[in-house]
Amino acid sequence: MKRLLLAAMALFSLAVAPAGAEERFITLASTTSTEQSGLFGHLLPAFKAETGIEVRVVAVGTGQALKLGERGDADALLVHDRAGEDKFVAEGFGIDRRDVMYNDFVVVGPASDPAGIKGGKDAVAAFAKIAVAKAPFASRGDDSGTHRSELRLWKKAEVDVKAGGGWYRELGAGMGPTLNTAAGMNAYALADRGTWASFKNRQSLAILVEGDRALFNPYGSILVNPEKHKAVKVADAKAWHLWLTGPKGQAAIASFKIDGEQLFFGDAK
Amino acid sequence: MSDLSQALSVALDLVLTLDPQMLGIVRLSVQVSGLAVLLAGLIGLPLGAVLALSAFPGRGAVVVMLNAFMGLPPVVVGLGVYLLLSRAGPLGEAGLLFTPTAMVMAQTLLVLPIVAALARQVVADLWEEYGEQLRSLGVSGVGRLVTLLWDGRFSLLTAILAGFGRAAAEVGAVMIVGGNIKGVTRTMTTTIALETSKGDLPLAMGLGLILIALVTLVNAGVFLMGQWARRRMG
Repeated sequence: MKRLLLAAMALFSLAVAPAGAEERFITLASTTSTEQSGLFGHLLPAFKAETGIEVRVVAVGTGQALKLGERGDADALLVHDRAGEDKFVAEGFGIDRRDVMYNDFVVVGPASDPAGIKGGKDAVAAFAKIAVAKAPFASRGDDSGTHRSELRLWKKAEVDVKAGGGWYRELGAGMGPTLNTAAGMNAYALADRGTWASFKNRQSLAILVEGDRALFNPYGSILVNPEKHKAVKVADAKAWHLWLTGPKGQAAIASFKIDGEQLFFGDAK
Repeated sequence: MSDLSQALSVALDLVLTLDPQMLGIVRLSVQVSGLAVLLAGLIGLPLGAVLALSAFPGRGAVVVMLNAFMGLPPVVVGLGVYLLLSRAGPLGEAGLLFTPTAMVMAQTLLVLPIVAALARQVVADLWEEYGEQLRSLGVSGVGRLVTLLWDGRFSLLTAILAGFGRAAAEVGAVMIVGGNIKGVTRTMTTTIALETSKGDLPLAMGLGLILIALVTLVNAGVFLMGQWARRRMG
């Protein structure tokens, strides 16, 4: 019965598939921050031209991207949560984690700045001030890399966001929707610089705090362990992994700019 | 107002320049939703008719279930199909996750209850009207089914259109099983969701207007076809 079903599905997919030969591709689970900044639109054509391998990006939060890797639904990952990445590799789901690039987070907020954090260089102090002022804060709340980083900042500021009080608003949304909402309710938010730079609906939001070490945002590339899932496309995924962390990929990352501003900085070793 | 007029001008621009990327997205949307409705029709129309014409214990419960499933949440259906097609799932070896095929499967599941439930109602009503006649003419089971489905074809067309509307409008299921991969599984609705998250509201709304226009166009086409057929057959 199962074989019959699989055969029927194979036949059927021929009917839906666009004309042309079987394409060579890998599936990359990555984050909304990289996708929405436009980085992939810059990197993937260069990689494809060189190797003939198409990279299909499924852009989700880092938590969900790791889950996709765990279930074998992606061949490689490009994510940003060092603690989660190390756990993923330690549990045997991924292999060969490598540094790829970094950018930084920025604390954005309304121009009126009710917590008075503008111009500060200390993100933790700014977070503490926001909590004291009980100024509205829009949190991703979606277990993404940015959300995990935000929670670490609250912890360092010794603020218990679970205590409630209405000023801390968990949205359960991606970076863009969170910024849309923050703009709509004049709330503070933590954003990655890439998404912020390409975000168009800012209204009164502006960068208030940046340039703190605590806002460092490193990205890692991981191969999904083929020993866990036989269907993983090992060779092609490895070609991508090595290209991205090699000189050509690093140069391509450095040349990606929005309005003349470089958004990601390669740091592969 | 300026937001809407901006959206209108974006939409017009996209349509007039025949933006190739947009054409690909529109084609995929129509292809996926069209195929899903076709499949749902092939299964749902006979299924609804059989349900209307046969009697078996528990039939009432099945009808209630079918009617309730008209409101299946797309995200839940998407999640179910995802778990089925995931490489760690029972049908993972087919490698269909994040393909248009997976999207057709999910949308078929969404549309099927709508088509089947509405078809059942149409056929049941017709049976009440013509049942006696068909019985006295000695028309058998399959004959009755075909006769009544044919008789109710214009009402059934509305059921099919309701299904198409549902498929073309949903975003939850195709987002999960398709993955919104650029150039592969990106449809009208997932593009609108993506552009909204990027804060490009005029583009998102412009695409929304195109989607609404497209669905209207399909409905107008079917309406005209129906009128023409009615006139010809008197």
